[in-house]
Amino acid sequence: MKYIKTLSGKNLKDTAAKGGCGECQTSCQSACKTSCTVGNQKCENKNN
Amino acid sequence: MLKSAKIHKYFLNNKYIVLDVNSGGVHVVDKIVYDILDLYEGKSLSDIVESLNELYDKNSIVDAYNEISNLVEDGLLFSDESDIDFSYNNDNIIKAMCLHVAHDCNLKCSYCFASQGNFKGERSLMSLDIGKKSLEFLVLNSGNRRNLEVDFFGGEPLMNFELVKDLVSYGRQIEKQYNKKFRFTITTNGVLLDDDKINFINENMDNIVLSLDGRKEINDNMRQTINGNGSYDLILPKFKKMVNKRGDKDYYIRGTFTNKNIDFLNDAMDFYNHGFKKISIEPVVTSEDMEYALREEHLDKVLAEYEKFSKEYINIKRKDKDFYFFHFMIDLTQGPCIIKRAVGCGAGSEYIAVTPEGDIYPCHQFVGEKEFLLGNINEGILNTNIRNKFKNSNVYTKEECKNCWAKFYCSGGCHANAYYSHGDVSKPYRLGCEMEKKRIECSISILANLED
Repeated sequence: MKYIKTLSGKNLKDTAAKGGCGECQTSCQSACKTSCTVGNQKCENKNN
Repeated sequence: MLKSAKIHKYFLNNKYIVLDVNSGGVHVVDKIVYDILDLYEGKSLSDIVESLNELYDKNSIVDAYNEISNLVEDGLLFSDESDIDFSYNNDNIIKAMCLHVAHDCNLKCSYCFASQGNFKGERSLMSLDIGKKSLEFLVLNSGNRRNLEVDFFGGEPLMNFELVKDLVSYGRQIEKQYNKKFRFTITTNGVLLDDDKINFINENMDNIVLSLDGRKEINDNMRQTINGNGSYDLILPKFKKMVNKRGDKDYYIRGTFTNKNIDFLNDAMDFYNHGFKKISIEPVVTSEDMEYALREEHLDKVLAEYEKFSKEYINIKRKDKDFYFFHFMIDLTQGPCIIKRAVGCGAGSEYIAVTPEGDIYPCHQFVGEKEFLLGNINEGILNTNIRNKFKNSNVYTKEECKNCWAKFYCSGGCHANAYYSHGDVSKPYRLGCEMEKKRIECSISILANLED
């Protein structure tokens, strides 16, 4: 496309089917301990 | 949902950015697209051409309009909220534990949410018996989860380091037995670090969180020894040594900012100039009545500081890809699923904190708040009402989150922040929301710039 560059074209809704496995890191444990940021966590489900 | 809440667009760091709230789509667009998006849902193409004809020629408007339409068809712009069959942790699986091995501390930091280490209780150290039972409790309540997280926390966990060593050894023993994988981490102020401890921690901990506040004068104002002296000169060399010996393994040097250092970019740069590459600097969590607290009157300056930081971050990242600020990291391609994004940290359900006495709380920030006592490691979770309250606090149930563009990035925010600001875990902490939204905007604008 000429006017739009898509950085993320993965549709979150599609991750619902195989999501929720719970293997990913607990967001608060990793660095902050006082807030919650989930968007920067990695998915650890290779099927998703 | 209001149509206007389906997308969020902003201009930052020379980029026009559009987020599609429900799909998670992220787009960097030209100004013409940015302008058409304001009109797209309410007007026809011919009306839009008419409205913008003084700014752009007709062919360009039509082309840009068609690009938008393609993304709409692909479900990546103006997408509707989906009806997710939302069930979360029905089996009450626990996979992460904050283990308070010492309710005692060798610093007396003014802003400590642990009341200088004792969490409003007696100073105490966890016994080996309680520690082992805690790990067993985690294993036995983890269902089919393989990766289990244990953070050695306090107070100051190095004050009970023999226990830390014993529990790592015990964990390695039982993980084989149960086909689990413990990821041990530790959060420390560094006062008691010596070569033996550094070596042990570097060898055995997947991640370490090192508490220091940046510039010496900032650190020493808040983080003082029991004698009232500054702790910076005592700790900095130890952290440097630890990180130097750590190689590629993860760590974060973690500071707190208060209204005394809203210019916290200077603290981040102080870390960086001392060789620390993985940085986290967090807003202080405290009552608004405290003199150093962050209040509404400070918000604009804090948000401006994040923007300033994001510009500097882009400059540094172009030269040094190994520099990381925790809240500017975002993964748009391999990020978490929508369920994780909806429920957040899992406190009180998947994640618990255990005190030296074996009491269980929803997370480390609730420890000592008796109304949040969930149970104990001998009898298990007894207060299922509290557990259900936490399980059911998510972006679909919190009123303030339903129409917020940032909900799938912040996941409803921190329960403790909510509770301590409103007395209710289901009402997000407004200042925290505004800071988080700015951090998300910065993160994506950073990514957009680094993609060039």
